[in-house]
Amino acid sequence: MKPILEVNAMNVTFKVGPPYRRQDLQAVAGISFDVRAGETFALVGESGSGKTTLARAINGLQRITSGEVIFEGKRIDGLGRSAMRPIRRHMSMMFQDPVGSLSPRMTVGDLVTEPFRIHRVEADLAAETQRLLALVGLPLEFASRYPHQLSGGQARRVGVARSIALNPRLIIADEPTAGLDVSVQGEVLNLLNDLRDRLGLAMIIITHNLHVVFHVADRMSVMYLGRFVESGSTQDIFDAPMHPYTAALLSASPEPRPDRKSARISLPAEVPSLLDRPNGCEFHTRCPWARARCAADAPTIEGTSRRVSCFYPLERGVLRATQEHAK
Amino acid sequence: MSVLSIEDLCVTYSTSTGDLRALRNVTLDVPRERIVGLVGESGCGKSTLINAILGLLAANGRIDHGRILFQGRNIAELSADELRAMRGPGIATVFQDPMGALNPVFRIGRQMINIQYRSKLSRAEKANRAAETLRSVRIPDAEAALKRYPHEFSGGMKQRIAIAMALMMKPAILIADEPTTALDATLEVATIELLQELQRDIGCSMLFISHHMGVIAELCDDVVVMYAGEVVESGTTRQVFLQPRHPYTRNLIRCDPARQHTRVRQLPTIPGDLPNLRSRPRGCIFAPRCEMRKEICEEPPPQDVSNGHMARCHLAVEH
Repeated sequence: MKPILEVNAMNVTFKVGPPYRRQDLQAVAGISFDVRAGETFALVGESGSGKTTLARAINGLQRITSGEVIFEGKRIDGLGRSAMRPIRRHMSMMFQDPVGSLSPRMTVGDLVTEPFRIHRVEADLAAETQRLLALVGLPLEFASRYPHQLSGGQARRVGVARSIALNPRLIIADEPTAGLDVSVQGEVLNLLNDLRDRLGLAMIIITHNLHVVFHVADRMSVMYLGRFVESGSTQDIFDAPMHPYTAALLSASPEPRPDRKSARISLPAEVPSLLDRPNGCEFHTRCPWARARCAADAPTIEGTSRRVSCFYPLERGVLRATQEHAK
Repeated sequence: MSVLSIEDLCVTYSTSTGDLRALRNVTLDVPRERIVGLVGESGCGKSTLINAILGLLAANGRIDHGRILFQGRNIAELSADELRAMRGPGIATVFQDPMGALNPVFRIGRQMINIQYRSKLSRAEKANRAAETLRSVRIPDAEAALKRYPHEFSGGMKQRIAIAMALMMKPAILIADEPTTALDATLEVATIELLQELQRDIGCSMLFISHHMGVIAELCDDVVVMYAGEVVESGTTRQVFLQPRHPYTRNLIRCDPARQHTRVRQLPTIPGDLPNLRSRPRGCIFAPRCEMRKEICEEPPPQDVSNGHMARCHLAVEH
């Protein structure tokens, strides 16, 4: 099946600093991936890894420096505002901060029908309000409420309703569960899963929360300093991470079991600056398994379905050995 | 003796639409040199509780009933001066947002010297102490860091600076209000390990507030679970996590996505919403959302304690 979205060798560079000392900050560095219909793809990385910039670049909110973005077979990078508008109808974005992304002056009813007005789509707005609120599981009387009267989970549902209003083919969700209570996170993820199955959407989820990824994403990529360090099917990566950074991320999330002292791979806390990227493998300054070659040569991301950018990828046994050791 | 003990505390806010009871009969103890975790979701009354402990309740809030004892003294009876003397050397706090705790227009060094206003040391000695404290939270090149502004540090470093400032006075108790929620996973782990280490070094007690069950399980000795302004369960971490007695606690643990080791299409949730705190039900506060609800739950639940493991639930008694 042809992918809905293809990103090829994308670079996004920002110019920073005063004019007499301009520096290039490469926020997204040579990223390639694709997403197919009915599939959820997750971008995982910590703050500053470039995942939000990547999302904005796909959507055309951020100009890319080189590379291409192909949506439904058509190149969309570099398109202007008015050329982008009909495309955004089919590619909607869910921003971080459930309450902050809703205008405080509009009612829920206005908010969920705003996409119809922006894209000048003729529709029975009252009927659409009813349909959308029902889809995201909010009672109809919410239509007259304002964002400040909503809880975080309810506000997130309104955000979801807005993003699916015009039956898009792709949804890009930036941190859909950040700031929500544990019991509500499950609700939002179930809703996204359910909508994807029912409407046959493609979805890109951007998050730093690996537990979220595990339950919703089919495939995932891990970003570090603007590059993918590992990509593959979610199940495979969770079963046996190959890049040391992925392994460290996976080991870093504490589980609610008091007696289970997790085998933790601790990393030195400081992430290198994007303005001063390390030589060789960019992760070698924090990597517990770094060897001489890692500081000298830069690995490239290799493989087909499972790709990893590391000279000495972990094998199941290696990780298991360290876990035994930590016990 | 406990450093901090809260006895049967009720706090009410008067609002234009009637009284809102934010805390009802809250009892908890923070023993010396122990870390007590407080688990609760939004709206459970965590912020009200912290503000009540610090004597910082909003003007429309009042303590109706119960006492807050800090080292045996009732906080409600302290004068404004005595309260000020207690905050800092007695009770220090670290909040969720490290940027909010640091003044953006002053260098870190100046802020760290200023908060030592009680001390008789010279300015240079205070600067030395500040650098030393920064080193203890593993800020590289501490002397240079003192000359920098908050925005020059990353989020994780700012939170470590906030922790350093809170611990500078070697408080008897540290209240940490979701100190790791705004941090990345790898930083979260590093911060927890740091807190654990500092708590041991200083020998203080800690009240650690979080809705992240994994963090609580890892860090805390005892756990208190709050729901809608009430303590529904409390006990040691092993008791609460391994044999939860209250249905709400069981649900919370079940819902944590970290708990699911196989991929599922439907994640467990707790259906329903928080009750309206303006008209609390007479019976069990969790009953409307509880799948085990019985007729008896219309009556106020007893506080059943066995081996120091408390659950406020009719059905916990039967088990």
